[in-house]
Amino acid sequence: MRITEHPILDEPLYQKKVTLYYNGQPIEAYEGEPIASALMAAGIRVMRTTAKFHEPRGIFCAIGRCTDCMMIVDGVPNTRTCVTFVRDGMRVEKQEGLASLKTDERGMDYAKN
Amino acid sequence: MQKISTEIAIVGAGSAGLCAAYQAASAGADVLVIDENALPGGQLFKQIHKFFGSREHQAGVRGFEIGRQLLDRVETSGSKVLMDSLVYGLLPDKSIGVISQDKNYSLKAKKIIIATGAKENYMAFPGSTLPGVMGAGAAQTMINVNRVLPGKRVLMVGSGNVGLIVSYQLMQAGAEVVALVEGAPTIGGYGVHAGKIRRAGVPIFVGHTVQKVWGDGEVEHVQIVALDDKWQEVPGTERVFDIDTLCLAVGLNPMTELVWMAGCKFAYIPSFGGHVPLHNEDMETTVEGIYVAGDVTGVEEASSAMEEGNMAGVAAAHALGYLTDAQAAERKAEIRQRLGTLRSGMFGAKRKAAKEQQLDAMQDCQKAAV
Amino acid sequence: MKDGVVYTGIPSAEEIKACPGIPSEERMRQGRVAVVECVQEIPCNPCEAACKFGAIVVGEQITDLPILYSDKCTGCGLCVPGCPGLAITIIDKSRDDGKAVVEFPFEYVPLPDKGDIVTGVSRAGEAICDAEVLSVKKGKAYGGTTVVGLLVPMEHIDEVRSMKRLPRKDGE
Repeated sequence: MRITEHPILDEPLYQKKVTLYYNGQPIEAYEGEPIASALMAAGIRVMRTTAKFHEPRGIFCAIGRCTDCMMIVDGVPNTRTCVTFVRDGMRVEKQEGLASLKTDERGMDYAKN
Repeated sequence: MQKISTEIAIVGAGSAGLCAAYQAASAGADVLVIDENALPGGQLFKQIHKFFGSREHQAGVRGFEIGRQLLDRVETSGSKVLMDSLVYGLLPDKSIGVISQDKNYSLKAKKIIIATGAKENYMAFPGSTLPGVMGAGAAQTMINVNRVLPGKRVLMVGSGNVGLIVSYQLMQAGAEVVALVEGAPTIGGYGVHAGKIRRAGVPIFVGHTVQKVWGDGEVEHVQIVALDDKWQEVPGTERVFDIDTLCLAVGLNPMTELVWMAGCKFAYIPSFGGHVPLHNEDMETTVEGIYVAGDVTGVEEASSAMEEGNMAGVAAAHALGYLTDAQAAERKAEIRQRLGTLRSGMFGAKRKAAKEQQLDAMQDCQKAAV
Repeated sequence: MKDGVVYTGIPSAEEIKACPGIPSEERMRQGRVAVVECVQEIPCNPCEAACKFGAIVVGEQITDLPILYSDKCTGCGLCVPGCPGLAITIIDKSRDDGKAVVEFPFEYVPLPDKGDIVTGVSRAGEAICDAEVLSVKKGKAYGGTTVVGLLVPMEHIDEVRSMKRLPRKDGE
């Protein structure tokens, strides 16, 4: 949920509204804010599931240290969404497990890239 | 791999790093500050409350205002600040590995100041990995920087200043803090911070801990329980709260990886957050030319981090001849005096003792080396 | 449940009695006066600088508790937003209508309007009584801290130290 009035803070950091796609669905976001912030504002707090037991994970540290917030961003898996910033049209997907080093069903060869 | 050089390399553009940069650059040294984040300031810009201390410490000024002033001074001092750049290594020959804009650099500097700060501790309990459990600092980043609420009903764990202050800031942002839980028998942070949240209706449960958290794929409920004087759970004292967020404010741990890599000697000081590098009063470690400043030397507060940064910047600039002995001595004495003030009183006493233990260990190390 | 600021966040009766920043009952009945409820020795002294009349003194050792010289205090209120711990209020027990005034720092939104009836709360956040808002003071000198003044029945003036937060409008 976005904080629209605040007793101390004045001008918000982010001004320009853009569209982020989460699992194909468009959601409203601000250019330059962390992806995790836009998702949290839209009520989405589950970023990925773990490889072995498929347990849900969301943000923990929010400053790029713990990797709990990793998602697939514009096709690139294991992207820390708390330190990756929104650009118009960006595609974000919930990551199930860890990325494979070989080609996956999307046809991307990670070993090459 | 490209080779670059500077006179004083500073790793970390937070409170300590920026102060070190300002001191060294305004003395005339060539300074490069490197930080992996997009924006400088470390944790300073998230602090929307008024700082304590004296006028020299900018008491009464809000943290983010102090941050802005600091950044302005650094910019005018001539120091270069390189953001979005990761320092991945500090090698035996004292060269620094940096990745910036997808390019690999080897940076050589005459003096190196490591000011990498500290990270939040974790506390494990059933359900602690559920989305909705996060560090108090994480909640603070979300509300004060991104202006997004992590949830509407929060349980805070930990009554140090971080837990107390973030609880207050969560309410300012529009969340409800249903309770604050502290394992120890007394509140760890300032009474005035605790007083603010009590006036806002937040109950503080000292001598209690989190037993478990559960919900359908996210945090929905928490059960707390009382602890006896041996920190064992007391059956029958369980209490359940309906929440959507649980914040952990259970201490910070210095991020000392680069200092270990450089071969500096350490001491284990629990009240400082764990393993901390030995250093002398000039903030220099057991490896000549490598200095440390701020929370990486031991977790204290923003004001002490700034003063340690000032000290390291002055010492490094002096060592390179940019300050006369007299100028350096005068500035160091002023900084030492301000640090002494910050480390006084009932809350400062523990930190003062820890810092003395660290300085003594450094002296022993240097005596042994001779 | 043990009593005292390190156990509850609220000063005990003994801690209040021993606090040099709190004026006498007699002085409070004479008119507006600062009540500096600072009971822990922390390095902090902006209250001393905020007072233009020299009525609040911390001294060289900035961990010393602030002393209120209540005869010098005019009740101007500048110390209230100056305290980083929000520990200072202005109290006025001099009215003859059975009511008293408390002015306290308030850093939440929405703010009340003058004339509104709000709930006065205790140091523990408990609802004590209805209170009329007499003043809502903001300004650059206050650094973002608003000072709200409430009129409360005299029998509650020693308890009321803040007001219940008002419902917010975000998310609508």
